[in-house]
Amino acid sequence: MSVSDKNKLLEKMQERVNLIFKDTDCGAILAKGLSMKPDDIINMVTDSGLRGRGGAGFPTGIKWRGAASASGNKKYVICNADEGEPGTFKDRRILDEQSDKVITGMAICAYAVGASEGYIYLRGEYNFLKDKLQSNCDRWNKIFNSKGINFSVNVRSGSGAYVCGEETALIESMEGNRGEPRNKPPFPVGAGYMNEPTVVNNVETLAYVATIIEKGADYFKSIGTKDSMGGKVFSVSGDCSVKGVYELPLGMTIEEFVNIFGDGDTKAVQVGGASGVCVPRKNFATTVIGFEGVPTGGSMMLFNSSRSMYHVLKNFLEFFEEESCGQCTPCRVGCQQLLKGIEAIRAGEKPMSYLDELRKLAATMSVASKCGLGQSVASPFNSITEHFREEICY
Amino acid sequence: MEKVTLTINDKKVTVDKGTTILNAAKQVGVRIPTLCHHEDLCIAGNCRVCVVEQKGTRALVASCAVPAAEGMQIYTNTKKVREARKTIIELLLSEHAGECTSCYRSGNCELQALAQEYLADGDKFIDVADRSPIDISSPAIVKDDSKCIRCLRCVRTCAELQGVSALWSVNKGNHTKVSTFMNKPMHYVVCTNCGQCINRCPTGALTERNYIEDVWAAIDDPQVHVVVQTAPAVRVGLGEALGMEPGAIVTGKMVAALKALGFNSVLDTDFTADLTIIEEGTELLLRLKEALVEKKNVALPMMTSCSPGWIKFIEHQYPELLDNLSTCKSPQQMFGALAKTYYAKKKGIDPARMISVSIMPCTAKKFEAARPEMNSSGFRDVDYVLTTRELAHMIRQAGIDFRSLPEEKYDSIMGESTGAAVIFGTTGGVMEAALRTAYEIVTGREVPFKNLNIEPVRGMEGIKSAKIKIENVKDEWKFLEGAELSVAVAHGLANADKLMKEIKSGKANFHFIEIMACPGGCIGGGGQPIPTSPEIRKKRADAIYVADSSLPLRKSHDNPEIKLIYEEFLHEPLGHHSHELLHTHYTPRRSRA
Repeated sequence: MSVSDKNKLLEKMQERVNLIFKDTDCGAILAKGLSMKPDDIINMVTDSGLRGRGGAGFPTGIKWRGAASASGNKKYVICNADEGEPGTFKDRRILDEQSDKVITGMAICAYAVGASEGYIYLRGEYNFLKDKLQSNCDRWNKIFNSKGINFSVNVRSGSGAYVCGEETALIESMEGNRGEPRNKPPFPVGAGYMNEPTVVNNVETLAYVATIIEKGADYFKSIGTKDSMGGKVFSVSGDCSVKGVYELPLGMTIEEFVNIFGDGDTKAVQVGGASGVCVPRKNFATTVIGFEGVPTGGSMMLFNSSRSMYHVLKNFLEFFEEESCGQCTPCRVGCQQLLKGIEAIRAGEKPMSYLDELRKLAATMSVASKCGLGQSVASPFNSITEHFREEICY
Repeated sequence: MEKVTLTINDKKVTVDKGTTILNAAKQVGVRIPTLCHHEDLCIAGNCRVCVVEQKGTRALVASCAVPAAEGMQIYTNTKKVREARKTIIELLLSEHAGECTSCYRSGNCELQALAQEYLADGDKFIDVADRSPIDISSPAIVKDDSKCIRCLRCVRTCAELQGVSALWSVNKGNHTKVSTFMNKPMHYVVCTNCGQCINRCPTGALTERNYIEDVWAAIDDPQVHVVVQTAPAVRVGLGEALGMEPGAIVTGKMVAALKALGFNSVLDTDFTADLTIIEEGTELLLRLKEALVEKKNVALPMMTSCSPGWIKFIEHQYPELLDNLSTCKSPQQMFGALAKTYYAKKKGIDPARMISVSIMPCTAKKFEAARPEMNSSGFRDVDYVLTTRELAHMIRQAGIDFRSLPEEKYDSIMGESTGAAVIFGTTGGVMEAALRTAYEIVTGREVPFKNLNIEPVRGMEGIKSAKIKIENVKDEWKFLEGAELSVAVAHGLANADKLMKEIKSGKANFHFIEIMACPGGCIGGGGQPIPTSPEIRKKRADAIYVADSSLPLRKSHDNPEIKLIYEEFLHEPLGHHSHELLHTHYTPRRSRA
């Protein structure tokens, strides 16, 4: 496919879904939201099929319902802008260009669940956005105040730990503690920030809330598939002909995706960042991007045949070894062992059969780790070692 | 209480709402292995060896951290569970320097026991142990990071039970470790040397600095006269360290064992505990007189000074309250000073050729003995401090069959004591002993409590308080007529911290306060047998009171050797000799070292 053909196809795909980056009147969306009953908003969000866009894909409506029915002295809405997954950079653009939608989504969420305070937990490395975001928060706070809405939103800065994107670690960090995930239950919707009911939603999720209120649940549902409704903002990187941030419908196959973005020599796509799944070329046609196939928080990394999958995996493991919070055994020690293990196999210090021990270890990490970080390391490890075993060993 | 019903391995069990799966399993006789879990501490849920399978859930759940819920179906012994546990243990072994043949904790190591139970392969994974130099800066506590499995029991102990937070979890990922403020050596931080972390460490990462070889060397030296003293709480702990039940009272066997080990004089710290009561009781009455009669500005409440962990704590955290501390040395240091003066003179021993050893339930005593001011005899007053555990080691090394050892009596002099001294070993004991004597000095009558048992200051509540009305006093104490003596007792430094805050804020008004650094007092000391739990400490404390009530003399001032030492050596409480040998001063320290 020629570059111009690709661009045409891309434009066509984007026409089907253009919600996040299209400017709209957020004041009107807020007014519309506030004219509805809180319960109806939650029903609408539930009905839209919106699932968390940070990667875990928890149904947003169910989360909100939990917070709405929880009792507490005060409730909080936190926008998780700790976008730390390797290969994702879409929240950065959303916050830069469409923070009105995010703040509107937060205000609607707050109204729906009965929260009075909101925070945008901004990734430490995105500090350059902080002043701009805070001044927009201040502007909105004045609007909330003038309209008698009991809600305010402010920016909190993270300090650079990947694990703080995990919602309970994020909350610990906000409370001034070490960024370590909590034991669950209790979940944040019942006892979160300051031990009060708290909704933690991804930037993109909250922006989509605004568009769902604007256009209705049916419109949102009409995009994507029955299991993966709506659009998704992708961060495309790697060996690509086109790269960047694109909003596309969920439910595409990897093949369709690679046809647009690939350089014609794509051998593997890492879907969902370092903690996601690696899909090899032979599975491109049969793998759907979405909750029924490979879910993603947005990161799509394309690798062509010049790349060594050993080094890709090693890079991921070096990342995890350092970014594990270090609290639980499977993740703290497991990440070190996976990294040291493939190095030892490569160096001939361990037999190739040791890779099977490591794959079992990864499987144990996926069921025994305390939080999603340790649980998801098996995704890249086991998919890459399954499909590229020879590249790991030799 | 709301109840929930769940099944554990298909067995139905009904428990109070909020009960963890771990505890629910106990009720149906299922033991789930744990490492980071400890009864004294908050839930961590980080080691993950307690994982179990919950039907309908993909991931395993940590049974120590998850409360039982209605209808839950839990399986504790599936293939998935066994494999996960074994792998987790093998991961822990890979970050743990497995020197099991030479480790100080070998045989009493929770990781070793679990590894054995699951037949874990210690060499399956690559060795990733942190081989930082072993921290031997402290005279009391040795920290070996290569043995640490990051269960954070020590961190939680230091923060929750002791309110000190000398140890904390630092860094992240593969660099996560337990360390101190700015990674300083243990001797240069706010550590109180209480050793509570040691008592809860599942491995040999935190141990006492042991002086076993030094003591053997002294015993082996024919030129040296080795005097040993034994603290009150050791007699209810030593048996446990040698395989007997918690709470076994082994005073006579311990004396026999010490003699068998070759100590030249086997004496009792309880003697100087009685002496402490006379000195400290007099000091209290004097302070009250100065305050009430002479209207002097004296520091009240007066606080006890027996517990060296507490002393270091107050020196760091509340240096402005140091005047409130009794100037009395601890019984250990009083003993050391007298051993090389009074005892040496009476027995015709050259103090220069005397080595004074103490057996303590405590690790902070090692630091205390090393304090520069503790040399009022002209020599170091106490040369070596051994914990209950170290003594147990020596007894095992010597091949002594402890259980069948016939009981023996302490040598004389400085071997006689009363029940009042024995109860120094548990929280509230010093207060009770002081009240038994002080009340009688002032009124000429025994304390108005049945069998001399002052119940309000007994028990394991964190902070206890009592009021005692003083009536019909002797003439010389007229100024105390009708006064109500208000006392408080705290154990565990977190409770001490709470009490100090109340005192500083003026919320609490007391005349006399007893503080013990360790939960339960010395029976729960950092040198006592491992493991510890509320139940074990209760048994040891009960044993202390049994030992007290079974003694013929139960008031310090009735101790004939105490009467003798005042007659022939000290002459009067707070007198010239006392000041030289039995009293001390304190050092303000920075709150963040």
